[in-house]
Amino acid sequence: MIIQAFAFYLFALTAIAAGVMVISARNPVHSVLFLILAFFNAAGLFILLGAEFIAMILVIVYVGAVAVLFLFVVMMLDINFAELREGFLQYLPIGALVGIILVAELMLIFGSWVINPEAAQIIAAPSAAPAEITNTHALGRLIYTEYIYLFQAAGLVLLVAMIGAIVLTLRKRPNVRRQRISEQISRPVEDVIEIKDVPTGSGI
Amino acid sequence: MAEFWFTYAWPTIWIVIKILFIVVPLLIAVAYLTYAERKVIGFMQLRMGPNVVGPFGLLQPFADGLKLMAKEAIIPTGSNRVVFLLAPMITFVLALVGWAVIPVADGWVLSNINVGILYLFAISSLGVYGIIMAGWASNSKYPFLGALRSAAQMISYEISIGFVIVTVLLAVGSLNLSDIVLAQQKIWFFIPLFPMFVIFFISGLAETNRAPFDLPEAEAELVSGYNVEYSAMAFALFFLGEYANMILISAMTVILFLGGWLAPFDIAPFTWVPGVIWFALKVSFVLFVFLWVRATLPRYRYDQLMRLGWKVFLPFSLLWVVVTAGAIVAFDWFPK
Repeated sequence: MIIQAFAFYLFALTAIAAGVMVISARNPVHSVLFLILAFFNAAGLFILLGAEFIAMILVIVYVGAVAVLFLFVVMMLDINFAELREGFLQYLPIGALVGIILVAELMLIFGSWVINPEAAQIIAAPSAAPAEITNTHALGRLIYTEYIYLFQAAGLVLLVAMIGAIVLTLRKRPNVRRQRISEQISRPVEDVIEIKDVPTGSGI
Repeated sequence: MAEFWFTYAWPTIWIVIKILFIVVPLLIAVAYLTYAERKVIGFMQLRMGPNVVGPFGLLQPFADGLKLMAKEAIIPTGSNRVVFLLAPMITFVLALVGWAVIPVADGWVLSNINVGILYLFAISSLGVYGIIMAGWASNSKYPFLGALRSAAQMISYEISIGFVIVTVLLAVGSLNLSDIVLAQQKIWFFIPLFPMFVIFFISGLAETNRAPFDLPEAEAELVSGYNVEYSAMAFALFFLGEYANMILISAMTVILFLGGWLAPFDIAPFTWVPGVIWFALKVSFVLFVFLWVRATLPRYRYDQLMRLGWKVFLPFSLLWVVVTAGAIVAFDWFPK
C-alpha cells in the first residue's frame, strides 16, 4: 500500500504542478509541453484506480493526437509573448470563479455521499461491476448494450462537427493543376516506356 | 527488516535485473542493426560495406559509438536549451519503454498487462514528440520543416495502424499481447488478414520515418531534417532511437501477424527450437525487409505520401474492419 500511496502523491502533485505551469509558463510551447505532462499524470492516476483502458485511451487520444495538433498550431504562431502576458491578470477572476464552482460541485457530491451512504450506492453502477472480466470487456458490454443510442449520438455529434469544420474551411481554388493519379496509372505501358535492345559498343 | 526486504527491496531488484536483460540485448541489437543496414545495402549495391574495424567490420558500431561520445556537444545559441536536450532523451526512452510489454517467448515478458497492444500504440504515437520538440527547439528552418513534416506524417499513418490493430483485436478478442500470439496457433494472422498485414508494414515504415517515407530527414531538401543542429551524443540518441523504433515496430508486426514466438509448424524439428529464437529470427526477417525497401525504393513526394495515408489506407482499412467484423458475425467465428 505504501507504494500505491507514494505513486498517488507523485502523480497528483506532478499533475497539479504541471497544471500551474500550463497557465504560468512564459512560452506557449512550454505551456503545451506541461499540459502533456499533466495528461500523463492523469493517465497514471487512472491506472492506480484500476482503469487501465481509460488511461491508455487518454494517452493515445489526448497526448498522441490532440496535444500534437496543439503543439503544431502553437509552434507556428508568431506572437509577442510579452504582450500576451499583459492581459493575464484580467482573466484571473473568471478563472477563479470557474474553479470555485467546480470545487463546490465536487464538494456537494462527495458531501452527500458522506452524509447519506445509501446515495453513493444508488449511483454506483447501473450494472454490477463484474469481477472476473477486464474493465475493457466491462466497458464494451456497457457501451454497446445499455448505452448504444447515447454512444451513437455522441458519434453523430462529432461527425456533424467534422463536416461543419470542413464546410467552413473548404475553398474551391480555380486554375490549380492537380495530379490525377488514376489517369496516370491507367495509361497503357506502350505510351509510357519504350524498350530498346542496345548493341554492345554502340549507342542508341 | 526481513519484511521490507521481501516485500519491497527484492521485487525491485528483480525487476531491475529483468529490465537489464531486456535493454542490454536490445542495445546490442540496435548497434548491430546499424551494421547490418550498412552491410545489406552495401551488398545490394555491389559494395563491401564496413570491413575494416575488426573481423568483417564487426566492431564498426562500437567505433562509431566511441567517436560520437568523444565529439563535442554543441548547443546552438538561439535554441531553447532545455527542450533541445530533452528531445533526444524522449525519443530514446520512448523507443525503449515499449519493450516492457513485448512477450519474446511464452511467459517471457516484463509486464503482462491487459491492454498491452494499446500501450504499444500509445508509446508509438508519442514518438512524434521527440522529433517535433527537436525541430522547434533548434530554432532553425530545416529542422522546423522536418519536424512539421514528421508530425503530419506520423499522425496520418497512426490512424490506419489503429484500424489494423482493431481488425487483429476482432480476430483475437483480447488486448493482451500474449493472448494475441496464442490466438495464432492454428494460423498466423498474415494469411487471413493479408491486406492489413501489408498496410501495417507500410504504415510502420512511415511511422518510423524510414525510406521511402523518410521525408522528415530528406537530405536532398532539408539537409538532414530535424537533427541538423544536433551533434555528439544528442545526435547518437536520435540515431539509436530511430533504430530501436524500427526493432519495436518489427516486433509489433511479428506479434500481430507472424505468430510471435510460435514455430511455423507445430511438429518436431521446429518445436525443438526455443520460442525466443523464433521470435528473434522473425524480427530479423522483418528488419531485413525494412533495409531491403530502403535500398530499393525512391523517396515518396510529400503530397503522394499524404494521399496514400488519407485517401488509400484510411478508407481501405476502415472497410476491412467492417468486412472482418461482418465475417465474424456472419460465420459465427467469435473468439472464445
